[in-house]
Amino acid sequence: MSSNTPSSSAGGVGSADAAAPRRNSKRPKYSKFTQQELPACKPILTPRWVISAFLLVSIVFIPIGVVSLFASRDVVEIIDRYETACVPQNFSNDKVSFIQSAVDKTCNRTLTVKKLMKQPIYVYYQLDNFYQNHRRYVKSRSDSQLKDNSSWNDVSSCKPEDMSNDQPIVPCGLIAWSLFNDTYNFSLNNQQLAVNKKDISWKSDRDKKFGKDVFPKNFQNGTLIGGNRLDPSVPLSEQEDLIVWMRTAALPTFRKLYGKIERDLQPNEVIQVTLLNNYNTYSFNGKKKLVLSTTSWLGGKNDFLGIAYLTVGGLCFFLALSFTVVYLVKPRQLGDPSYLSWNRNPAGH
Amino acid sequence: MDSKIPVENLFSIEPVLSSSSRRSISTHSKASSGNSIREVNFSDLGSKPVRYGSHGAESETYSMSQKEINDEDARLVQINDPVKTNERFEFAGNSIRTGKYSILTFLPRNLFEQFHRVAYIYFLVIAVLNQLPQLAVFGRGASIMPLAIVLLVTAVKDAYEDYRRHRSDTIENNRLASVLVNDHFQQKKWKNIQVGEIIKIHANETIPCDMVLLSTSDPTGVAYVQTINLDGESNLKTRYAKQETVLKITEKEKIAGLIKCEKPNRNIYGFQANMEIDGKRVSLGPSNIILRGCELKNTAWAVGVAVYAGRETKVMLNSSGAPSKRSRLETHMNSEIIFLSLFLIALCTVVSVCAAVWLRRHRDELDYLPFYRRKDFSEAEEENYNYYGWGLEIFFTFLMSVIVFQIMIPISLYISMELVRVGQAYFMIRDTQMYDESSDSRFQCRALNINEDLGQIKYVFSDKTGTLTENKMEFQCASIWGVDYSGGKATSQDQEDGYFVEVDGKVLRPKMKVKTDPELLQIAKNGKETKDGCHVHDFFLALAACNTIVPLILDTPDPIVKLIDYQGESPDEQALVYAAASYGFMLIERTSGHVVIDIQGVRQRFNVLGLHEFDSDRKRMSVILGFPDQSVKVFVKGADTSMFSVMDRSMNINVKRITEAHLYSYSSLGLRTLVVGMRELSTSEFDDWHSAFEAASTALMGRASLLRKVASNIENNLCILGASGIEDKLQQGVPEAIESLRTAGIKVWVLTGDKQETAISIGYSSKLLTSKMTQIIINSNSMESCRKSLEDAIIMSKKLTTISGNINNTGGTLGTVLTPVALIIDGTSLVYILDSELEERLFQLACNCSVVLCCRVAPLQKAGIVSLVKKRTVDMTLAIGDGANDVSMIQMADVGVGISGQEGRQAVMASDFAMGQFRFLVTLLLVHGHWNYQRMGYMILYNFYRNAVFVLVLFWYVLFTCFTLTTAITEWSSVLYSVIYTSVPTIVVGILDKDLNRRTLLKYPQLYGAGHRQECYNKRLFWITMIDTFWQSAVAFFIPLLAYWGGTIDASSIGDLWTLAVVILVNLHLAMDVIRWNWITHVAIWGSIIATFICVIIIDAIPTLVGYWAIFEIVKTGKFWLCLLAIIVAALIPRFVVKVLYQLYTPCDVQIAREAEKFRTLSESAAVEIEMNPILDPPRR
Repeated sequence: MSSNTPSSSAGGVGSADAAAPRRNSKRPKYSKFTQQELPACKPILTPRWVISAFLLVSIVFIPIGVVSLFASRDVVEIIDRYETACVPQNFSNDKVSFIQSAVDKTCNRTLTVKKLMKQPIYVYYQLDNFYQNHRRYVKSRSDSQLKDNSSWNDVSSCKPEDMSNDQPIVPCGLIAWSLFNDTYNFSLNNQQLAVNKKDISWKSDRDKKFGKDVFPKNFQNGTLIGGNRLDPSVPLSEQEDLIVWMRTAALPTFRKLYGKIERDLQPNEVIQVTLLNNYNTYSFNGKKKLVLSTTSWLGGKNDFLGIAYLTVGGLCFFLALSFTVVYLVKPRQLGDPSYLSWNRNPAGH
Repeated sequence: MDSKIPVENLFSIEPVLSSSSRRSISTHSKASSGNSIREVNFSDLGSKPVRYGSHGAESETYSMSQKEINDEDARLVQINDPVKTNERFEFAGNSIRTGKYSILTFLPRNLFEQFHRVAYIYFLVIAVLNQLPQLAVFGRGASIMPLAIVLLVTAVKDAYEDYRRHRSDTIENNRLASVLVNDHFQQKKWKNIQVGEIIKIHANETIPCDMVLLSTSDPTGVAYVQTINLDGESNLKTRYAKQETVLKITEKEKIAGLIKCEKPNRNIYGFQANMEIDGKRVSLGPSNIILRGCELKNTAWAVGVAVYAGRETKVMLNSSGAPSKRSRLETHMNSEIIFLSLFLIALCTVVSVCAAVWLRRHRDELDYLPFYRRKDFSEAEEENYNYYGWGLEIFFTFLMSVIVFQIMIPISLYISMELVRVGQAYFMIRDTQMYDESSDSRFQCRALNINEDLGQIKYVFSDKTGTLTENKMEFQCASIWGVDYSGGKATSQDQEDGYFVEVDGKVLRPKMKVKTDPELLQIAKNGKETKDGCHVHDFFLALAACNTIVPLILDTPDPIVKLIDYQGESPDEQALVYAAASYGFMLIERTSGHVVIDIQGVRQRFNVLGLHEFDSDRKRMSVILGFPDQSVKVFVKGADTSMFSVMDRSMNINVKRITEAHLYSYSSLGLRTLVVGMRELSTSEFDDWHSAFEAASTALMGRASLLRKVASNIENNLCILGASGIEDKLQQGVPEAIESLRTAGIKVWVLTGDKQETAISIGYSSKLLTSKMTQIIINSNSMESCRKSLEDAIIMSKKLTTISGNINNTGGTLGTVLTPVALIIDGTSLVYILDSELEERLFQLACNCSVVLCCRVAPLQKAGIVSLVKKRTVDMTLAIGDGANDVSMIQMADVGVGISGQEGRQAVMASDFAMGQFRFLVTLLLVHGHWNYQRMGYMILYNFYRNAVFVLVLFWYVLFTCFTLTTAITEWSSVLYSVIYTSVPTIVVGILDKDLNRRTLLKYPQLYGAGHRQECYNKRLFWITMIDTFWQSAVAFFIPLLAYWGGTIDASSIGDLWTLAVVILVNLHLAMDVIRWNWITHVAIWGSIIATFICVIIIDAIPTLVGYWAIFEIVKTGKFWLCLLAIIVAALIPRFVVKVLYQLYTPCDVQIAREAEKFRTLSESAAVEIEMNPILDPPRR
């Protein structure tokens, strides 16, 4: 069988074929694409690459962490929890009945400025344990009704606050119904401290989402009053408290912007707050807090991101170091064929 | 369904096969004591399908003609009377419809078919659940959209395919044929042809329906048809019209009669019927029918009567799709899917239990809770709003959580996998290295769902003839009257053109050149002057005449030169006729009555007085020639065993012995041998034979056996002229291919019908066997001796392979390398072993052997051997073959590969993949198989991860919403997540990523072991991925949560942050694992991230949605970007670290090869000249 040269047979048959025209040949057209040979970059995790990647991450992350931490520390915040304190002694065992009663809800609080607070100072109310993201709650609204006067009776999604006295409610739904209705009045040295409640909501909401021709109608007319009432003569696009409230919070602990104080507050200044404690969070043990806070480029006071960045950056630095050590102690030559399994273990096949 | 026919076919002929093999036992046991030359394996000659098929059918007709066709099972066709024929039964018209749908039925039928898939049912159930008002988690549109998209895409694809089918049907139905109407042939559209009509076909026309031949232009009623459309065989087949009808048509007599034939069936090699004509009854067999789709060749016209039309024709009954198998990886994957479903149920249970606890603890507050408000006060009486009691609420919560977390079960994965497989198939088909020049055939992917199995093959079962060899027979040497002529040299170099003859100024030349022995050529040229010359003359005359070859004259570009192409069913015969032509005995013309042979430039006409066709019982054929000088001779050609038993005892013993010795040496060279004999017939002998032959060939009952008897009577007392050795060449690259497959850890078993010596010599030349190997040969002919030889063999193989056992204590399972053992076993022994308790022993033995060679195996035994292995291991098996006898094996194996070669297309039709050459198997397995496996394995893991991360992020959020299944991520984003945001990159990577390049994979076949060791997809990887998923989802969720805790953030904004974070994370995770970045990968990954941003922006620009403008508000803040960056880095660090450690300190082979590829390309580029597949032509662009 030594004469078995593979090519000789092809010659015999091929000679006739070769003469035949090749136009209809099924030979696949050659292209880099069809042969899967497109130019490609093949990154490989070499030790140098890995160490520099870790170093790069730590170089980027640690400064960011430091900067964010500083930004967070620079924010001055005054938090005053008042929902328990504002309940008179005689109601302290039955707060729900207090809030449902017609008793005067006025409550006075005193806040002391610890550090210089540069304007603008944002006034928030903070609710805890209030599930604005509850499924029944978030669904209970009608965006088309809010936007457009013509669909004022589109309340199908608003149950159970869709109709009152057989009339559609505008704005309908649980969200609007439960609008927050505590009010705050600030005075500094017995002087009224102006709180600007303009432009506390998103401009896009005012322009597009809440109609200029939609006015509250039949609102809070039912047996159960959930929260604030709205002035029927003011269009929804200008009801900024409602607009803010309707941007439902993502988490059960949240702040909502109440207004802005547009002057600096000096250290040790004492602010008198007169608040109306109307909103019922007692039925579910919700906390209410009043927050005055400055802001930084990173938002409010929250150290988490800074710490996270420092941790990740530090970890990467540590990894870079340990990889360097490991690599120096026990290097492996890349692509060394002697590491291949069949070379390592000559007996195995 | 298509795939079943051949098997049935084989079952029907099984008794024949086993009886013949049993017969060979006796001859074997006799022969094995002395000389081991036994018989030429004639049954393995070229056209196996026809042979087996027609043989089977023949025996069927034989039995049926005695049985009668029952009237209930028959169809009655009135010849030339379609009205009466169709009166009682409405037979199908001849119009065909391959289109599945009409405009009306498209929608319901297509939907019905699509919903056969479990995945779609899951989609549907979830979508329906979501429509219940209590459970409406997503809006209507959002919940139906993914299903709608998938259905729409598939429907459009189906509609387009169906449209093309309809168009081709219309063309087909409107072709014209001439049909006898009122005694005149008229043109009629195909679709209007009815059963019973008489149709006339002209040369080169396609036959419009299945018809019984009535008459042809040949006075004896022969017609030649090409069945390439039917079974892919390009050679011509002869069909006969019955003598009773031939004359009627030619003499324009009105013909009338009744054909009683079987009901339409899909057996293209079988047909049985009776024809009543002029009160006579004539039986019809498969050689009397011409089938739709065939072409009439070499015959001026043929007339027939339509018996099956339209969808009842055999070709239409045979057209159905490829077999479907399920890949191993998918089977493994399904068990992980079950785990994921359990996980899904666990998540849903956690949510509902928590919800239950919460509802119970707050049950008193629920009525007035501003965010719950159980009571509806708007009506006069207070009633519960959307509250159905504690138990039901929990149940609803559970169902809702199933809806929300539905993509935990990665249904999109099934669709992506299909797309990826289509892409992989595209590249396999387009691979120029798997294109076969000689047959102009590309690689074919017939089964689309087992691409990745190609990367895990452990056993390859290969046929020999036509698979390892080319099945292009080439005449090598001859032994004539005891003289060996084997000094053949290729003529193409020595003489320009080989042999040719000139007639009327035209040059006739055989199409194929054969190398000739100069000495023999000289003797042949000198004519009959010497005694040698006389023998040589007779020998070549026998080769030229004793066959069923039909010569075709072909035009060449040169008008003077014509080529003679010999068409026939058997490649061996072709080779012999070409050889005879090269020695000056050129067959010019063959009709049923005579042959014209040009002998050394002189044309001689011989009358063909009789022809006994080959059958596998006699293993020989004969032809009776009337010479111009009125003498009559019978020429016989056949397998050595069958020939030596009918030779003249008084003949020169010496010549016989020398011939036998030559035969032995030929077969040990791997040549296929045939013995030729002749005898002169006296007038009385001839007359006796003639009358017997006439009687037998017109007999109605048992014609085949009568003819066989007549043949056996005349084929005796032969004078042996000599023997021929035909080489079946090894295909190009076979030894190298087998070598690489072996290095790759794949066990190659060769199963052949050839005899042992031929098989062993082919084994050596294909490097399957090496001189270092110890051969264990098992030839037994009883159960007991089988058991004994198996036990001895096991002991021996253990001894040989476990010498190292004492040293490495591993029990010798790995020790096969020390002394490789080859097991050679023959079909006779397998008869006793298969399906008995000895199977287990054989398997044990075979596991110890590095090579297994089975010779003389019948088709069903091939399947038996495959199933023997398949049953006992979890390893993947692949069967490769080219003929109908390999069909059962191909279907039995996990992966079936068909070689589209010389033999019919049955193997290809039954196969999952088809290709032109055996050596492409290396590219297919080592390159594409490896790639596909790696890609698919990664893709499945990635898809699990991708969907689980998203679901877990949703799940974490649910824990902060009183377990009420609110999603901060908008419903549209969660729907689009697996459709748009993340689907394209994984598909692109699944199609295009390559862990190693082709050259490396071919250079180190051992890298294929990655598939054997299941390196790319296993339980461990799955769990690691799931842990990683857990971490990543936690990071993606909790970093924003903590960063925004107690802040003013609203749900839509943080939802957008989570959406983007998860999508970027998931895409970068993929990017980290991509091995080869080309521009398409870049576009897919970065494009997906950009597309996600765009989609989120679009969703947030719709004022009626809750999240209006949220994305624009949040991107203005620095916190958003810091969160994004922190999430991506923190989430990917653990994976990165593990990956680096793993790659640096426990690198797998693939990893090292990758590094070598990158860093050593320059130094080793010179060393990689040893390419497996040399590119024959420089690639053209």
